[in-house]
Amino acid sequence: MASPAPPGHAHCPASLSLLARRRRAAAANQQRRRQAGGRSRREVVVVAAARAMEDVCAKFVSQKVSKARWRPLPAAALQPPDIFATGSWDNEDNRISIWSVGDLGSVGLNGEYQGEPQLLCDIRHSGDVMDMQFLDQERVVVASSTGNVTIFRHHQNNQTLSTNQRWEKAHYHVDRSASCGGAACTGVICNNPEVVTVGEDGRINLLRADQKDAVRTIDNADSSTLHAVTFLRTTEILTVNSIGQLKIWDLRQQRNEPSQIFSLTGDRVPLHCVDRHPNQQHIVATGGQDGMLSIWDIRQGTMPVSLLNAHEAEMWEVHFHPSNPDHLFTCSEDGSLWHWDTSTSVAEKPSFLHQGGRSTTYFSHNTINQSLVSAWLSNDPTKDRMEITNLIPNQTLSVNSLDILGPCLVYGTDAEAIYVNRHLFA
Amino acid sequence: KLCPVSRGINSHCDPCQAQKEKTSWRPSSSCVFVVRKDQDIYVQTLRKLFNESHGIFIGLQRSEEEFAGKSRKTQLVQVSKNYRSVIRACMEDMHQAAVSARDPALHSQYSTQVSILSAMELIWNLCEILFVEAAVAGPLLLRLLDWVRLHVCDVDNMVREVLSSENPSKHELFWNVVDVFVLQGRMDEARHLLSKEASANPTSVNMCRILDDLMKKMPVPSLGNTQTLTEMELKWQHWHEECQRYLQDGTFASNSHMESICKILLGDENAILEKKELMTTWYHFLVTRLLYSHPTVKPMELRFYAQSSMDLFLGGESSPEPLDTILMAAFEFEMHQVIKECSIALSNWWFVAHLTDLLDHCKLLQSHNLYFGSNMREFLLLEYASGLFSHYSLWQLGVDYFDHCPEYGRVYLELHIERIPLNTEQKALKVLRICEQRQMHEQVRSICKIMAMKALRNNRLGSALSWSIRAKDAAFATLISDRFLKDYCEKGCFSDLDLIDNLGPSMLLSDRLTFLGKYREFHRLYGEKRFSEAAKLLLMLMTAHIAPCSFWMTLLTDALPLLEQKEVIFSAEQTYELMRCLEDLTAGKSDKQKFQDDDVETMKVEMLRLALARNLARVIVKEGTLEGS
Repeated sequence: MASPAPPGHAHCPASLSLLARRRRAAAANQQRRRQAGGRSRREVVVVAAARAMEDVCAKFVSQKVSKARWRPLPAAALQPPDIFATGSWDNEDNRISIWSVGDLGSVGLNGEYQGEPQLLCDIRHSGDVMDMQFLDQERVVVASSTGNVTIFRHHQNNQTLSTNQRWEKAHYHVDRSASCGGAACTGVICNNPEVVTVGEDGRINLLRADQKDAVRTIDNADSSTLHAVTFLRTTEILTVNSIGQLKIWDLRQQRNEPSQIFSLTGDRVPLHCVDRHPNQQHIVATGGQDGMLSIWDIRQGTMPVSLLNAHEAEMWEVHFHPSNPDHLFTCSEDGSLWHWDTSTSVAEKPSFLHQGGRSTTYFSHNTINQSLVSAWLSNDPTKDRMEITNLIPNQTLSVNSLDILGPCLVYGTDAEAIYVNRHLFA
Repeated sequence: KLCPVSRGINSHCDPCQAQKEKTSWRPSSSCVFVVRKDQDIYVQTLRKLFNESHGIFIGLQRSEEEFAGKSRKTQLVQVSKNYRSVIRACMEDMHQAAVSARDPALHSQYSTQVSILSAMELIWNLCEILFVEAAVAGPLLLRLLDWVRLHVCDVDNMVREVLSSENPSKHELFWNVVDVFVLQGRMDEARHLLSKEASANPTSVNMCRILDDLMKKMPVPSLGNTQTLTEMELKWQHWHEECQRYLQDGTFASNSHMESICKILLGDENAILEKKELMTTWYHFLVTRLLYSHPTVKPMELRFYAQSSMDLFLGGESSPEPLDTILMAAFEFEMHQVIKECSIALSNWWFVAHLTDLLDHCKLLQSHNLYFGSNMREFLLLEYASGLFSHYSLWQLGVDYFDHCPEYGRVYLELHIERIPLNTEQKALKVLRICEQRQMHEQVRSICKIMAMKALRNNRLGSALSWSIRAKDAAFATLISDRFLKDYCEKGCFSDLDLIDNLGPSMLLSDRLTFLGKYREFHRLYGEKRFSEAAKLLLMLMTAHIAPCSFWMTLLTDALPLLEQKEVIFSAEQTYELMRCLEDLTAGKSDKQKFQDDDVETMKVEMLRLALARNLARVIVKEGTLEGS
């Protein structure tokens, strides 16, 4: 759990380490600085990461990548992930592909072979891939713009993909039987065997991987488009919609109403993505159309705790690092991918007091983990300095998706390329 | 003049015919290109080329004027090399695809692409040397040698075969390989082979040693400024005379191979031409000829040597093919001719568009204006980007190209972007973002309207309203608000409360929307039993003329339960106002309309009048009492 601070990092205050690198002001953000109900809005300073680029390998794949997801690791696994899946969009012939970044036997002389991703297998997918989640080690659930939800199985012995289960037009507009009556399914989340999907039709479906019929459907759950969904607890889900609302739904209750509604004040800026802190379930991060990162504490209030001016266009995905939640990753239509690191600001505090002795450094990590106040919720800008790194210096087209597992990052872009960084914290 | 019409004509050519022509091509020799309009856009592997070069293109536009003078040139050469490496990478992928293709038709299709890409790289490389880097006398020849070595790879297999044989000097192709090395100026490799011959054949040791010595001593132009051209020419003269001496002595008379090599070293055209088969192309011949007779050739002299080399090499047997014409134009420094020929010969706009843009950044094309459009760079970029927009998926790349066409880019973008099919909201958002970033208000409006109409058709009133709010489309917002109100009148309850309750400032977009929001607020206040606030709001909706007249009766009916509450809610003044509203409503109607109204309506009016009168009575008493106390 200890935050992987770079060697020597604990000895110098974060401000110095910031100065040491090329400091770059956050690209001039033309957006109005709105006040969120008197709550703090932090300005962010972005550092371009020259070192991070060295470890990245890219592959052009001749299709616009809409989603990229690591295959989950078995519980006891020690090695980093090596298989990921991608989905394409806006192609006449969209595909689900499984890639390997493993060494595949061709280890270089220094044992550090970093080959580009190799295609293991792929399968046709009707419609754009709108969202994708691994159900388990073998199965991946895919949301389609046609309204279909499909589970594909990856057969690892002969490297093929096949359709395992399909819900035709799980999302639909007025007439389900009409040939074009499907409504895009925009988000999917799984907690094996349960699968929850949301769509442009404002519908929420609760499915089970082994059942042909939906366990439960909430029609008209939302009057606007639902953009994303995630589990809050095993029985509760969070959804975000196109009028800036975050809603909690308790699936145990038969009422077809959200149990709580949170919203951004005023401008109704659409929210596109949502993720929950892996350990502290009350902390939720969302990303909006204006590129703003909002942090919510769902125990209190109906408005975000902090709003952070971030990207210059739609934030498509936000992910807390699953095992290291002081780190957060966001990607955007403006072609950038940011790494938000709050671990340094907390870690430096003890070293300020003790002038960074070796023993105190280890000690300080322990104290952080015990502290109850998360750096994400604290809103004293003088105390917390977040270190934000832009991982893509020469951005062009949209980064549609990213996934992070262990030390590995994968992301896919509209420039038809997938990128893998296997030494994120190196 | 660029002639787009020729594409149109060629695009009608019979595909079977085209297939025949393709299969008869000899790879990496001169080719005939079959042209179809933007056909290459649809080649899967080439999408890498488009996407990766897009990044380079953007980088080049952004790097504008960052450096001056020499470092700018270094930067441009680097950009050019990046483009070439993308072509090469694509070529390798295509080659892989060709090798693994089982279907012969597919295989030949891939092979065709490989040879086209290879020709593109060949031309680009030459343009890089002559125009971008603008190599001067001396280094120019070294660059041209690199160019030939990189692209003449027919002989590579032969070289490999000989070198890997057990006893190279006994191999029947041994001398061919030595010749290849000499022709390409690869002296070290040639000498290495000669030493093998010397050790295997004691009789020729002496000859080999002398030839080896000549090769070793051959002066080469230096890349740096370590020697002047005159120095170089002087050295060259000496060396040349020495070679001459050995040849006249008859030193190599006993070995025809070595004698011919010596003749080549002397730049003997006939001797070099005898090795035609080993050179395969006239431009190889040109470079070899320059190497051994004019090593300090100046850029402007190239054209004479090029022309005569081609004439000598082809010897009137065959006429020059498009590739030859293009290269010749490059050697003649006719940049526009190069671009024109490439436009005609190649089946894509990618090459000419990017090359022209690069040359334009080198400030080489400025004087040239077309009599149509703005200038050649822009014309070609527009053509290329329009091609991208015609593709189902590559349209996103086209946007940035249009952005860098100052004159017509915007108009093209406006026309193209409206024609992109919007099948999901996500795609619509991406297109919208493109328009909003460029302040294309008209297109923003039209996209939002399309999406709002779609949502409306799907009975998604909430979404439809969101879209029209985003477009600031008051008329459409009014239309949707009316739908909401109609639904309310029919069902007696509101749908999509989560949206209507959260309209915020966007409520002010249209009068009807304001009314909808306020009316819903009235219902909420009523539901929360905040009657006096509700009553005030209700009255305000009518007196301030926020409510449409058609809705007044509904509002007055809504006032009924408030009038009938135990507690008095409307003040006397408010009651008078209500009465006035009712009378305005009924008085406005003609007798005929009254006649048509059904009994329910008349009854409503009667009930209202009664309730108002009773309320008035109660309030007069109450207000009188309050004042009295």
